[in-house]
Amino acid sequence: MVTVQNITKDFGPNRAVDNISFEVTPGTILGFLGPNGAGKSTTMKMLTGFLTPTSGTAIVNGYDIIKDPVEVKKRIGYLPESSPAYPEMTMIEFLHFIADCRGFTDVTERAARLEEVISLCHLDNVRNQTVETLSKGYKQRVGFAQAIFHDPPILILDEPTDGLDPNQKHEVRKIISGMAKDKVIILSTHILEEVDALCNRIIIIHNGHIVIDQTPDEIRKELGPKLDEVFRKLTSPAHTS
Amino acid sequence: MNPTITVLKREFAGYFRSPVAYIFLIVFLIASIGLTFFVGNFFDGQTASLQSFFLFHPWIFLFLIPAVGMRLWSEEKRSGTIELLFTLPITTTRAVVGKYLAAWLFLSLAIVLTFPIVLTVGYLGNPDWGVILASYIGSILMAGSYLGICSFTSALTQNQIISFILSVLVCMVILFLGWSIFSDFLSVLFPVWIVDAFSNFSFTTHFDSFTKGIIHLHSVIYFLSVSAIALTLNILALER
Repeated sequence: MVTVQNITKDFGPNRAVDNISFEVTPGTILGFLGPNGAGKSTTMKMLTGFLTPTSGTAIVNGYDIIKDPVEVKKRIGYLPESSPAYPEMTMIEFLHFIADCRGFTDVTERAARLEEVISLCHLDNVRNQTVETLSKGYKQRVGFAQAIFHDPPILILDEPTDGLDPNQKHEVRKIISGMAKDKVIILSTHILEEVDALCNRIIIIHNGHIVIDQTPDEIRKELGPKLDEVFRKLTSPAHTS
Repeated sequence: MNPTITVLKREFAGYFRSPVAYIFLIVFLIASIGLTFFVGNFFDGQTASLQSFFLFHPWIFLFLIPAVGMRLWSEEKRSGTIELLFTLPITTTRAVVGKYLAAWLFLSLAIVLTFPIVLTVGYLGNPDWGVILASYIGSILMAGSYLGICSFTSALTQNQIISFILSVLVCMVILFLGWSIFSDFLSVLFPVWIVDAFSNFSFTTHFDSFTKGIIHLHSVIYFLSVSAIALTLNILALER
């Protein structure tokens, strides 16, 4: 359960996120949409504890992101945009580092989880390849493996299918919807068909404000049959609220 | 495992995954031993001491430690791994201390690897082992202070070159405060007690007593507090 309460972020004189509130319950795959610079990534970075909000807060499974950042981080799996990883480490070393950070001390449990994640993300043939030599698709999957490693109740994914080929996209979507049952999943994307295929709730954010927060079906019923037309209508420069 | 140790382990192993560590070790050893023989005139002294070896440490550190420290945080910022690190359940303090200790351990290794020169004076004469041990302790402590400053300045930018130049400048100011040529110049302008106060903030003033075999508690505290202050600033610079 994630509850965002009046969260605001300023970067100098610019307000990136302006007084946003929403609540996400387990079982939801929330699609976070909006033009570039709308404040999607900033909101996600605040939820994951990377950025401190200028005002407002969020409660993640009972823990306040400002008062208990470490407890919050234990419960979140996060895939940052462009999925950074230490370039000089091999894939397996990197995942061992993540296992260390996530407190997997039991050797057999750790080994079992490693194998599980490696096969789930199809990383088997790059075990001993350094991260810097991996292709974009593999890098993205290493980032995904890192995010789901500790089987977190909350998963925050910043453009999880960016840079993947159609088959890999399909694969990642399948993994995401397979995990959705009892998790909160928040993902941002620019691919509207992905939202259709995956999400049961949509938030469109524009200039730091939420302009819509509904299910895909409700949006279709009220605003029109085509998501991309709705998106354009709500976020075009003319429509600045 | 303690999160500080996790970060330390990854960082320390990281040095040896690239050629940078080996190049650094080679350059450091050549510079420190080379200066001892060719500039310090080790043999002309006719004494079994390492005075002419440790004499150059503050000057070698001035350039080589920023070379190690410049990438500590600027590289994390540039490559975006800082976002990964700070969304793992690790506090900023533990991350800063872990990375710092890894780099300090690496520098200590470099310093300890100069041991052949110790064997050399031991073979040639009868050195005072206590003085040599004290000098090594002083050198490692001083390296820690240099490194603390470099770690802080590397957190201010994502550009390693800027980070390097900033570190050298800050360390140079602290070093020059105790340099005799500089303090002679100051004594023309200021009364002696001000010049003395200034030189008490310098690395060399405190390091000198170590190289004479004296471990002053206040010098140990000085080096440790320079590191602690720099790391505190480092943590503040990283928290957003």
